[in-house]
Amino acid sequence: MKVLFLAHTEEDGSLGKAAAEALGAAKGLGGELVIGLFGAEVQKAADSVAGCGAVKFYGVAGPEFATARYGSDAAAAEAIAKAAGAEIIVAPSTSRMSRVAAGVAQRLGAKIDTRLTGLEAVGGKITATRWFYRQRMVGKIERDARPWLVTTDTGCFAPCEAAGSASVEMLTVAPATRSQVVEIIAPAADAQTIRPDAKLLLVAGAGWGKSQADGQKHVDEAARLILGLLSATQASLGSSKSLVDQSGEGAALPFLTHMHQVGQTGSTPRHPKGLATCCHGEEPHVVGWRFVGERRAINLDANCGWAQGKADVLYVADAFAVMSKLVDLLK
Amino acid sequence: MKGLQIVVLGSIVPDPLQTLEPVSGPTGPALKNELMLPAVLDPWAGHALYEAANLAKKVEGKVYLVALGPKAKLQQVMMNVAQKVPFEIVVLDGPASGFADAAETAAALAGGVEKIPGLDKSKLLVFGGWQSASRGTGAVLQMVGELLGITDQFQGVDEIAMAEDGSFTVLERIEGGSYQKSSCQGAPALLGWATGNLPEPPNNPQVGMQNMRLIMPALAKATPAPLKGEGLKYAGVELPSQRRETRVVKNAPVEDIARELADWIRA
Ligand SMILES: Cc1cc2nc3c(=O)[nH]c(=O)nc-3n(C[C@H](O)[C@H](O)[C@H](O)COP(=O)(O)OP(=O)(O)OC[C@H]3O[C@@H](n4cnc5c(N)ncnc54)[C@H](O)[C@@H]3O)c2cc1C
Repeated sequence: MKVLFLAHTEEDGSLGKAAAEALGAAKGLGGELVIGLFGAEVQKAADSVAGCGAVKFYGVAGPEFATARYGSDAAAAEAIAKAAGAEIIVAPSTSRMSRVAAGVAQRLGAKIDTRLTGLEAVGGKITATRWFYRQRMVGKIERDARPWLVTTDTGCFAPCEAAGSASVEMLTVAPATRSQVVEIIAPAADAQTIRPDAKLLLVAGAGWGKSQADGQKHVDEAARLILGLLSATQASLGSSKSLVDQSGEGAALPFLTHMHQVGQTGSTPRHPKGLATCCHGEEPHVVGWRFVGERRAINLDANCGWAQGKADVLYVADAFAVMSKLVDLLK
Repeated sequence: MKGLQIVVLGSIVPDPLQTLEPVSGPTGPALKNELMLPAVLDPWAGHALYEAANLAKKVEGKVYLVALGPKAKLQQVMMNVAQKVPFEIVVLDGPASGFADAAETAAALAGGVEKIPGLDKSKLLVFGGWQSASRGTGAVLQMVGELLGITDQFQGVDEIAMAEDGSFTVLERIEGGSYQKSSCQGAPALLGWATGNLPEPPNNPQVGMQNMRLIMPALAKATPAPLKGEGLKYAGVELPSQRRETRVVKNAPVEDIARELADWIRA
């Protein structure tokens, strides 16, 4: 069995963390390993995994492959996959790879399954694990068809690192595209509140924007406390649909966008710990917590969703009061 | 650019407030009482539909919805969706299951798009949700695009801004809360939408009546689209054991709670 590990390189020419993990998954299958890389440059990334046991390295590089663009990325990935002729293709589910993986599968006549959380070969049979219905149930899949292209989720496989010096066969690709990447719009470093690698997820729910015991709203105070905890802990900020919808309409916390939403129609972040504040813990929200390890919640309502087996600890208390003390303690 | 044809691909999913349970059916896994579960338009596909209608208004374009799902359930959901924005529908009568194969789903949908009378690929924008709430592969749209020969594709889109000449820029979600801004010379292109920027439109009974005049006949002549699931085997589907033993802390002084949380965060 020939296994192709397929990935893009990062802006600095290195191999990203998600890619190193996908390589770990590919290597775990135990076949003949081939590596394919594309990006502005690939040599540095190839060298960083030169000793991983791959029998061959392919690369597509050049300025037209520097940015994440469907036309050029799909063409590069297609050329590598065709040259490699592997039965199984393993790629990371980064936003860049996820944009093209299925299109590439279509070009190859391959089957595709994405965002795997498990991949193993036992007795010649490959079984893939992935989640369905927004993380509500987990299934194990087998396929007869080859090639089979899969993408793996981050945080599920041990990364493979094995530096050395690799000899890469470069392929020539002429992409057809009518698109250009113009710019990356990133929040300013001090305004960056989504931090995928943070140890702690802080979820702010709609309660922060509601009238409190004194009959008044305290949105400025809420913003100060939330940003205070983020700065003290470098936690990543998540939110509920109710609160981000309000923020979109300018009614609540100015630093929240739809990208902060966790849940059914939001994200499913991976953090070792999560703290929910002023959030009810309804099922469409909590499905987004599937991959959050230890969970605690602060809520005035002892019967909120978190109490129903969704958190390890629920503190029935006023989040304004607790957070204020907590920020002081952590400063 | 006038006269754009904006084709939205989208189907139905169980209402997110429902409890879902997998069972094994004759053709593989299914949801318990699947046909009884209340359904909604797949949320991200819904955003795509509203964005399509908004854009169509600006460019005097036309919106089509191509939906693959069980006809009877689609009809129920359309009673509500039809009141939101004007569109025409192409119905493919088949499974909307999260366990159906993405490639087979894509092939059926591409066939549905090709059937639209007067389809002009030079004016075609294909929209849809960047992931479904059922299978969640984010794979179907890309494959439909490839089948239709569209190689300018964008995923996780929250915004499109179109110029007079039909060229446009899009914002796509990437890691860490950032956006990638791209420009494209124009149709044909494919956009997988995230949440977008528009609120859900209020119900408009007049739009509903107009839509239903076309939707009912389209449902009546729905194309059967059974999916075979060839070569796809499920070794099992189960609910995770997710219940935790929640310790509920009541009437504790705020100082104690804060200290316990600080210790936990630092640990
Ligand atoms: C199609 C669909 C998709 C959805 N997708 C998502 C999704 O992706 N993500 C999501 O989050 N939701 C989603 N929802 C919505 C979800 O069902 C809930 O409505 C939402 O999560 C509620 O948000 P919340 O808990 O912040 O607000 P609320 O339900 O309003 O809860 C506010 C909480 O704050 C508490 N509170 C108030 N003041 C204080 C205080 N001083 N101290 C402590 N606690 C306080 C209250 O007790 C209450 O529990 C979806 C719904 C649908 C129909």
